[in-house]
Amino acid sequence: MSTQAIGESANHIEQEIRKKAPTSHLGGYWTCFSGILWREVLRFLHQRERFFSALVRPLVWLFIFAAGFRNVLGVSIIPPYETYVLYETYITPGLIGMILLFNAMQSSLSMVYDRETGAMRTLLVSPFPRWFLLLSKLIGGVAVALLQVYVFLFIAYFWDIQPDGPALAIGLPMGDAFYGFEIPAPINGYITVLPALILSGLMLGALALFMSSVIRQLENFAGVMNFVIFPMFFASSALYPLWRIRESSPILYEICKFNPFSHAIELIRFAFHGRLDLTSLIVVTGCTIVFLGAAIYAYNPSKGLIAKRGGIGR
Amino acid sequence: MDASVIIKQKAKLAALDVEGVSHAFGPTKVLDNVSLSVPRGSFTVLLGPNGAGKSTLFALITRLYDNISGQIKLLGMDVRRNPSLALSRLGVVFQSRTLDLDLSLSQNLAYHASLQGIPHSKSKVLAEAALKRVGMENRSSEKVRNLSGGQSRRVEIARSMMHQPNLLLLDEPTAGLDVAARESVISIVRNLVKEENLGVLWATHLIDEIDPTDNIVVLHKGKVLFKGTVPELFSMTGKTDIGDAFRSMTGLSQLEAE
Repeated sequence: MSTQAIGESANHIEQEIRKKAPTSHLGGYWTCFSGILWREVLRFLHQRERFFSALVRPLVWLFIFAAGFRNVLGVSIIPPYETYVLYETYITPGLIGMILLFNAMQSSLSMVYDRETGAMRTLLVSPFPRWFLLLSKLIGGVAVALLQVYVFLFIAYFWDIQPDGPALAIGLPMGDAFYGFEIPAPINGYITVLPALILSGLMLGALALFMSSVIRQLENFAGVMNFVIFPMFFASSALYPLWRIRESSPILYEICKFNPFSHAIELIRFAFHGRLDLTSLIVVTGCTIVFLGAAIYAYNPSKGLIAKRGGIGR
Repeated sequence: MDASVIIKQKAKLAALDVEGVSHAFGPTKVLDNVSLSVPRGSFTVLLGPNGAGKSTLFALITRLYDNISGQIKLLGMDVRRNPSLALSRLGVVFQSRTLDLDLSLSQNLAYHASLQGIPHSKSKVLAEAALKRVGMENRSSEKVRNLSGGQSRRVEIARSMMHQPNLLLLDEPTAGLDVAARESVISIVRNLVKEENLGVLWATHLIDEIDPTDNIVVLHKGKVLFKGTVPELFSMTGKTDIGDAFRSMTGLSQLEAE
């Protein structure tokens, strides 16, 4: 057979395969995305202990820590609050952030460990583009986090932690008339907080995904707790307003302001009360884009860090 | 070109072609000018001790990272230039266990089917057929956690075949299995080669997994020392035993045991 003939038949075969390839139509992408999402949720629901501990952790803070510190830490009136609020109300957005942070670190950093290494490789041999696979996995992680957050908020509701923002109007204003309907408090807050949760979850998930490709040394989750979760959580506005930190340490105040986690919490705090904190929105969106870009770069087969190092988790 | 010619020529196109691939991590050269070919409908053994570069070669074929030099082609399609098409024709069984332990067999297979873009409406039938092929059809609703090592390997083979690939890579698939489980895994894969005209690249360091009819590629310290059939191996080395032939080529006293 001449070289030309081989070339032609190879072309023919390529066309044939291209026609059959799942990546040739949008439906294939949807199947892949929903499959990844479904697996993340299913796995989470099967791991009852994980669900339980993910729920107990913020509830312990809310019921015990916040009760104990209610009288120690006075919170003055700061936006978005219009009256004095109980300490429990103040730290609720911080605890939501904690759920998102733990979940992101757990689902993404677990890829570093041996048990999950195989699962990551299974994902990456899929014919779909790598950025698409990583983004789908991230969204799957966020979906799991949302489940946890809403169960937490449901329990917190009976602890009198309820959104109190202005009613959410959905519809069209026509002159003086308004066509549509209004969603009153407290349900409105549970809706307005959703985009903030998704964006913050994506930011933290992308950060963890990037870390999973860079970090070799973290032997177990305790290392992640000490070096990532605790510093990020405590150097933020989760447990105390930043003006209180400024009183004791101006440098620490600057660090807290720089911490993207602070902005995620403020975004959630404002959204929960039906308001938008524009600075936080910009910072969180920007960080999401940067972290996501870094993670996709790290997992890129030709440029990425994994290629330089020779494997996942090595 | 008329159809029969295309079919004939298609049959000649190798499932996998690796040409002049070298790879290094920093100063260490892991693969040195590696070339090999896996024809369709062939069982090709990639024989080499631990650390020979087998896993790196697999990482390059599956595009965990890119080959910097040389070419890797699946059915004539370059994995770097056409990653999606090439990967859509590839099935892999990794050395480490990659099934979700808490999910059932059919849930594991459904997840994998969706990664290949196979919608749920079709994947159910495909999963049943795939499980039947490896003799696990009666356990589809059981959790993977309840399976033995050999059984979960068989499920992994079923999973890797769901999208009907042309090339199947297996990285030390029998590691840690007992004799009976090893034999059943090997015979399942050999049947696939015959029935599906599948090209198989089977990485191992166990000489007794080789059949006299197999193609053999000997990889040692990143270099291909030999490729060909068993008789060719014997005539080249002047030995009548694969173990002896391997030892005379590599200078190793024996293949590293697990």
